[in-house]
Amino acid sequence: MIDTRVASVAEAVADVPDGATVMIGGFGEAGSPIELIHALIDQGASGLTVISNNCGSGEVGLAALIKARRVVRMVCSFPRTANSTVFPELYREGFTALELVPQGTLAERIRAGGAGIPAFFTPTGVGTPLAEGKEHRTIDGRECVLEHGLTADYALIKARAADAHGNLLYNKTARNFAPVMAMAGRTTIVQAAEVVEPGELDPEAVVTPGIFVDRVVHVPSPAHESELVAAGASYP
Amino acid sequence: MARRVAEDIPDGAYVNLGIGIPELVARFVPEGRELVYHTENGLLGMGPSPEAGGGEPELINAGKRRVTALPGASYFHQSDSFAMIRGGHLDLCVLGALQVSRTGDLANWSTGAPDAIPAVGGAMDLVAGVKRVFVITQHCTKDGEPKLVETCTYPLTGRGVVDRVYTDLAVIDVAPEGFRLVELAPGVDVDLVLERTGAPLHVPAEVTTGA
Repeated sequence: MIDTRVASVAEAVADVPDGATVMIGGFGEAGSPIELIHALIDQGASGLTVISNNCGSGEVGLAALIKARRVVRMVCSFPRTANSTVFPELYREGFTALELVPQGTLAERIRAGGAGIPAFFTPTGVGTPLAEGKEHRTIDGRECVLEHGLTADYALIKARAADAHGNLLYNKTARNFAPVMAMAGRTTIVQAAEVVEPGELDPEAVVTPGIFVDRVVHVPSPAHESELVAAGASYP
Repeated sequence: MARRVAEDIPDGAYVNLGIGIPELVARFVPEGRELVYHTENGLLGMGPSPEAGGGEPELINAGKRRVTALPGASYFHQSDSFAMIRGGHLDLCVLGALQVSRTGDLANWSTGAPDAIPAVGGAMDLVAGVKRVFVITQHCTKDGEPKLVETCTYPLTGRGVVDRVYTDLAVIDVAPEGFRLVELAPGVDVDLVLERTGAPLHVPAEVTTGA
């Protein structure tokens, strides 16, 4: 019997070890799995490498994980946020390192990692500092740069609905990185606002097939980062 | 500037507008043209911002501001979104600039300042893949330095990628021979544009003045 459901966010992230690489879904607040991130803060794993498009806002969610000094390396495309000084402070201090990746290259590196493609050539970034030191090749007359696939020990993502097999639906622009991260995480952990029995999701509408999902935890009313930040919240 | 860019976007185009001034272009699309706006965080068919206080936290644009989805819209993941961009499926993007060189190099993501937090987002992918790249920018910096230059001194976003530049003074193409004046803004003469452009500017025999 296949049942990915676990009872709590604490149980879902209980085995994340120090030094793990963790992909975290979301573009800005849309799709950010705040409850899973807060559970990871409570759990205490440190020395993490986090792969996520941004670095969070305010002092909740991903920004709170960074502020708690759990993240020694960020792989992301846009670490600046108007309302958060958490990442800049730890980056300037030298505590949290940064690998900056163009957003589309980041998405494709994650997709490739999940799809068993170790590396690929792309024209994005050629002639820029982000391509320096990387292998180049001219293909069909166009100069390209070699980029490597990304995988992770864990992927933490947010869905609107999941069934017990781990089939997923998303909410609007909260989908963003979640489908490719689900593929690239060796253990993919999902917080879903609704959890249903197999057969209740239309197979034609499923966005992420359950084969990519290991654990589903029901978080019925997820918090919104912007509302927490507006209320001046910080975690823990 | 935004109005002038909007005039040049053909009916039926799939368009990505960068964050900031490029976003204003959507306000000026001439009556009767249907454009489909792409926002790289995963939406085609992006509509205007909702009323103040409205909207949803998980329906946002690349600038992380709340937007709406028009009838016929679709949502998709990041890898598909950048397949649209890198794969040449988008007709046009409009971006801001720190500098544009006479060969169409664009610098728009970093001043290279040692204490800055570098952040690039999707700009390098957009310039690498979208069919036509328009830049909208002030002709000079706040300090009066030309932004249209011989060679960019800031870190590049892409090499040889810009097709056309819209400034407060003029519309200028990046042509095989370098910068080429297309149109003057109202009340601006050629000498002023020549003086404020940091690279040779080819001036055709006939140059129109915009409305």
